Amino acid sequence: MSGFIKRTRAWLVAFALLVVWELSCRLFHIPEFILPAPTRILEVTWQFRNELALHAFQTLMTTIVGFFIAIVVGILLGVAVGSSSAVYDSLYPLLIGFNSIPKVAVVPLIVIWTGIGTIPAIVTAFVISFFPIVVNVATGLASVEPEMRDVLRILGATRYEMLRKVSFPRALPYLFASLKVAITLAFIGSVVSETIASNYGIGFLMLSASSRFQVALVFSGVIIIAIMSIAMFAICIQVERRMVSWAYRSQAA
Amino acid sequence: MLTHKLATPVYPELSTILSTSKPSPPMVRMAGVSLKYGDMLALEDATLDIADGEFVAVVGPSGCGKSTLMKLVTGLLPPTGGDIEFDRKRVTGPVRGAGMAFQNATLLPWRTTTDNVMLPLEIVEPYKSQSRSNRKALEDKVQNLLDIVGLGDFGDRLPWQLSGGMQQRANLCRAIIHEPKLLMLDEPFAALDAFTKEDLWQVLQDLWMHQKFTGILVTHDLREAVYLADTVYVMSNRPGRILHRCHIPLDRPRRPETTFDPVYTEIVNDLRAKIAAVRNAK
Ligand SMILES: Nc1ncnc2c1ncn2[C@@H]1O[C@H](COP(=O)(O)OP(=O)(O)O)[C@@H](O)[C@H]1O
Ligand SMILES: [Mg+2]
Repeated sequence: MSGFIKRTRAWLVAFALLVVWELSCRLFHIPEFILPAPTRILEVTWQFRNELALHAFQTLMTTIVGFFIAIVVGILLGVAVGSSSAVYDSLYPLLIGFNSIPKVAVVPLIVIWTGIGTIPAIVTAFVISFFPIVVNVATGLASVEPEMRDVLRILGATRYEMLRKVSFPRALPYLFASLKVAITLAFIGSVVSETIASNYGIGFLMLSASSRFQVALVFSGVIIIAIMSIAMFAICIQVERRMVSWAYRSQAA
Repeated sequence: MLTHKLATPVYPELSTILSTSKPSPPMVRMAGVSLKYGDMLALEDATLDIADGEFVAVVGPSGCGKSTLMKLVTGLLPPTGGDIEFDRKRVTGPVRGAGMAFQNATLLPWRTTTDNVMLPLEIVEPYKSQSRSNRKALEDKVQNLLDIVGLGDFGDRLPWQLSGGMQQRANLCRAIIHEPKLLMLDEPFAALDAFTKEDLWQVLQDLWMHQKFTGILVTHDLREAVYLADTVYVMSNRPGRILHRCHIPLDRPRRPETTFDPVYTEIVNDLRAKIAAVRNAK
């Protein structure tokens, strides 16, 4: 019941903001190329619906592919970093150094190496989003109690058994927490890459729209990215609820 | 059933009379064992023999090296001096054939009670190879043990649905389900309230009388040590040294009434006085 009230309240606030926005635009006669009114954005979105759908699909695909590569690489690196102190010592400082580079600055390089279009968008989405996965998987693996480790060593468990039966399941809540961050980053990555080097995708559409002063269409792009990002986020949460429900139940106790 | 370990001679009196030769070799033997963490001496010249099937308690103040002693016996930590033998073999790395339980029950939160207790059977042979083909038999084995500790109806609960005492019962089951020769307990009941604690003394004794493993219980509770053990070792403050070895002549099974037995209270008071004397001397 209180959950319902909370949710309605969020919708109400969002709606109120839209009304204020709409009224301000009309009352102060704000020109459309600076800030279009929500109704105008809606109108333009409908007008360009086919183009928007096409570009949105492109962005969604590149993001998802990049995101999945990030999950695979992130888990593999996270397991390597988290289960061997030698790998940790040699790789972790490098990873941190790499992560502190602003990725946007690397996109031109990626473009040089991979050409323009879909590939650099996927690569950028991957590069920008795998780091939190690595860190969280490694942290999750390290969160196994030392007593549990001792119990397993005395039982004669192999490294693989320890990982499969204890450490990895233990790390799953950390993994899912990082996926929620990573999916948002992946969208940023693909859109940034599209604005720099592509003829497809929402990023490209927004850039070309803004160069033609179609500010309402830029806003359409922003809103569509937001919707896709929120939808992916929600999917991550659903999968998380299924797979690590124990992590939530034990908190509720 | 787990009873094959109980295959004692039919005439125990007779066999003890006849076995005029040497007694059975100890299950655990420590000879002049010491351990330093860096420059800090944590355990000094520990020498003790633990017979097969004997239940031993090690008492001492916090930080005196009790946990260190446990890690040494199980080979989780190499000693900086002296020799350790387990089951007639020199300990050089983590030993096989021991079970462990700690104050923190460390049950896996995503596994039910049954599956938590099952964990060692998925890792230790010969159960591991059966765990796919004959899982039902292993489940029965787990259920059997859960029944003994009073968790029979809680097999499909998750850890967060169990009280602290119940978690610790499951933890004990997990430590002995694979029928280890040696059970190591590091302050397993330290976090429990007095009533639950005494229930669990009973549970532990039942398990021990059922399976006859060799037991080492580390605790800072003198009453617990005297109640459960055949032999109590008292350790000094850091660096830990073994000060006293005390045989407990109380009959088995010991019952809650035993704690009112004058022999019991006398031993407890005597040990307490000895520990106090040592602490004041420093
Ligand atoms: N890994 C370690 N490194 C350094 N010092 C340690 C380590 N483990 C324990 N100690 C120290 O050794 C002493 C004995 O520890 P421990 O065996 O855990 O004592 P107890 O279990 O009796 O409380 C303590 O002073 C503790 O601080
Ligand atoms: Mg300790």
